[in-house]
Amino acid sequence: MEIFNHNANVNFLGIRKYTIGLAALLMIASVGLIFTKGLNYALDFTGGISVEVSYPQPTDVGQVRAALQKHGFENPLVQSLGGSRQMSIRLQAKEDTADAAADKTGATSSAAADKVANDVLAALKAETPGVTMTSHSFVTSAVGDEVKSDGSVAAIFVIIGIGLYLWMRFERRFAIAALVTEVHDVLVTLGVIALVQREFDLTVLASVLAVIGYSINDKVVVFDRIRELFRSARKAEPEEILNRSINTTLSRTIITSLFTGITMAALYFIGGPAVEGFAVTMLIGIVVGTLSSIFVASPILLWLGVSKKDLMPVTKENPELARRP
Amino acid sequence: MSDFPRWKYALVALALVFGIIYALPNAFPPVPAVQVQANHGAPLDASVQQKVADALAAQKIAYTGLAIDGDHLVANFSNADVQAKASDVIKAALGDNNNYTVALNLAPTVPAWLRAIHAKSMPLGLDLQGGVHFLMAVDQNSVIDQQEERYADDIRSLLRQKNIRYESVTRVKGRGDGINIALRSDADRNAAASDIASEYPDLNVNNGDSSGDRFMLNAAVKPQKLQEIALGAIKQNVSTLRNRVNALGVSEPVIQQQGENQIVVELAGMQNPAEAKKVIGAVATLEYHPGIGYPGDPQAVDAAKTGNVPPNARLYYMRGTHQPVLVAKQLIVSGDQLANATSGTDPQSGTPTVNVTLTAAGAKRMLDFTTNNVGKPMAVVYVETTYDTKTVDGKEVRTPRVTEEVISDARIDGVFGKNFQTTGLGSPKEASELALLLKGGSLAAPVDIVSESALSPSLGQDNINKGFKAVMLGLALVLLAAAIYYKLFGLVADIALFFNLVILVAVMSLIGVTLTMPGIAGIVLTLGMAIDANVLICERIREELRNGSTPHASIRAGYEKAWATILDANVTHLIAALALTTMGSGPIRGFGVTLLIGILTSMFTSVTVTHAITALIHGNRKLKTLSV
Repeated sequence: MEIFNHNANVNFLGIRKYTIGLAALLMIASVGLIFTKGLNYALDFTGGISVEVSYPQPTDVGQVRAALQKHGFENPLVQSLGGSRQMSIRLQAKEDTADAAADKTGATSSAAADKVANDVLAALKAETPGVTMTSHSFVTSAVGDEVKSDGSVAAIFVIIGIGLYLWMRFERRFAIAALVTEVHDVLVTLGVIALVQREFDLTVLASVLAVIGYSINDKVVVFDRIRELFRSARKAEPEEILNRSINTTLSRTIITSLFTGITMAALYFIGGPAVEGFAVTMLIGIVVGTLSSIFVASPILLWLGVSKKDLMPVTKENPELARRP
Repeated sequence: MSDFPRWKYALVALALVFGIIYALPNAFPPVPAVQVQANHGAPLDASVQQKVADALAAQKIAYTGLAIDGDHLVANFSNADVQAKASDVIKAALGDNNNYTVALNLAPTVPAWLRAIHAKSMPLGLDLQGGVHFLMAVDQNSVIDQQEERYADDIRSLLRQKNIRYESVTRVKGRGDGINIALRSDADRNAAASDIASEYPDLNVNNGDSSGDRFMLNAAVKPQKLQEIALGAIKQNVSTLRNRVNALGVSEPVIQQQGENQIVVELAGMQNPAEAKKVIGAVATLEYHPGIGYPGDPQAVDAAKTGNVPPNARLYYMRGTHQPVLVAKQLIVSGDQLANATSGTDPQSGTPTVNVTLTAAGAKRMLDFTTNNVGKPMAVVYVETTYDTKTVDGKEVRTPRVTEEVISDARIDGVFGKNFQTTGLGSPKEASELALLLKGGSLAAPVDIVSESALSPSLGQDNINKGFKAVMLGLALVLLAAAIYYKLFGLVADIALFFNLVILVAVMSLIGVTLTMPGIAGIVLTLGMAIDANVLICERIREELRNGSTPHASIRAGYEKAWATILDANVTHLIAALALTTMGSGPIRGFGVTLLIGILTSMFTSVTVTHAITALIHGNRKLKTLSV
């Protein structure tokens, strides 16, 4: 079975002005979103208290929120955890909390956290008997800051490590093109997460880092073909070579994305709330990474001026010979 | 004959057998159990087993197994609820003297022959079995404070011993800047400098300013020694916490250092976080001080009433009775110099006692002190630190609140050093409690819980079910899609993918990777991405066929040409996975480790295993077409 016509020769490079322009636009929009709307950081990063409860009967978020506000909890963040019986309640440490309110919402010491968790449960039980607490956690903001910096360090380590490897295995321009596309993929993925305000927790951070790994995979496959075609082709017009590389690998690029996408969809639909954020982020990253492999990475490579002679195996014995036609 | 060498067939066969055997233990999930261990030489025999069986039968609690296994008795139950109930029943049946430790446990059901070859199932993370997780930060500043104060005390007594007259010995305000010693003459200063330097090689001794008849000397702890002390403090805290947790009766607790000054504590299956925290979160240390008078004597009552406490003393209250008592400021030994404490009975009087053993350094100080103070009281001060956190101008300000009380104030009966007894305790129970407190209470530095989470076992079970379903559904969908799209080659890839899952689980089990929810996500992602190598190979073979190569040549060229791409793609992916594993001990690391192992196993299964099967199928036959 084949979905794609293997003789297709779509001129992807021909529309590079539009695709690169769109990519740049998306990147700027994403940065804008990240700065204006911001990421909806989860407890792991902000610090605070989170309580997860299980209801005997289906209930809705509004009811839970109302019950909490009635008992003096200000601005509780209530989310349903897949289904209408599991609820997650988050009380964030607010910077301007007064001491008195700190006991209710911004408690940052562990002992206070236990008390608040029990208070939350008591408040909910008063409205709906039979509510049980399935988990609760407490994080100080210091820990969150540490995780943020660790995450940034890991992302930088990934990007530099991959860049160095590509530089060694391919050539400088390939490394740069891959890295620029990588940054694009990460920013756009984060942009979408910021746009839909999906909670950004540790598993989502792990997923973003995994997106880097996934999308570089895609780029490397195309780059590999570019190198191969440059080396084998007698007359190597860069634009034509790049186009042919994208076209011949197109089937693989899309099939692999579909296969990986299928598994992530399975994870999203039945993996439960613990990995839902991970799966969604991965799905976004797969779409962004696939599109950028086709439309963004190669135009950048062309723009950087890749050519046949950069990719020929170095012949040291007789440089004269190599120069002859 | 195909170009696939025979030794590679052997390798593939070997890897598959290895994978199946070492992944097998995971098919035998551990069951909730209660484990009973005998202490203090108490018997653990058929009579104890009968007692437990009777107690469970009396409460109509069904058990699925009850047997003595080596030095402990294990009772298995069908679920966690029954397990918790049974634990209480067994505890009551065996009495609450300290002869038996009753702990919740997960009993493995892995057959003995598998255990004999070290095949074991993956340990489950807290998110899959429920439990309590604490992240604690160690207060390094207080370690430095304590050290400097101790050196100041030591220098004072050294100068007295050497008959060098000094004006004052005080700590410099800046933490870590050392101790200032004011002396009367230059000669005294030189003598003091050489004595201190030779007695305490860990101190840097320097001359300070001198004005008139005040000659200053500064003794600062060497930076590497400070670092060593800080490191030692963490290590000791870890082992102290381990002692405390063991008292809780939790099977296989995780207590480990993370980063420079953090400690992670994970108690799987623990249902009551408050109880856990009471024991491990008590930031308590102990100090031995010379006592003044006795608890509730007129001088102490007077001090409590008027607030006029003698300058060399502090006013405390006795634990329990709340009588005021005066204690000298001078510190004899602190909790981190305490090596062991056990409760017992005094053979002469028959009253309960606590036998204390000190470390060498502590023993020397104790000997020095008791030599001169027989018949005088000595107080054990229990110091508990809790933290209040307030947010001021967006920054967290943490203020320690210290609770101090005297837990024992007893007369020194004779000169002693390393080993001594504390007598005058009310009951054997009190003695054993004090021993536990002394032993467990000796944290070298205060710790502060900075992050905590508790998860119920039912949520853990829920996660396992969902995770397992997600893996199976993901696998099934990919298998189906590959078989439809690549026909026979797709089926071959499917077999390889299935074995990838088996070998991945086998490797994870063998090296003991803890399985967590993010780890399961990593497995699912690995399955999705492992097929990529086969997609590359199949697309290549199709291309070669289109270019007019023969089927055999196409297979060969397909594998050869795809290999370079697969290698490059996987190495870059590996770099990303490696970075993930460097991130702490949280969910990201679990995911990273799984991904890392998955990439390595998938390279083997997707390329070598499929190549072997393909060679087997197509090997010697003349082929007109390929089913790809």
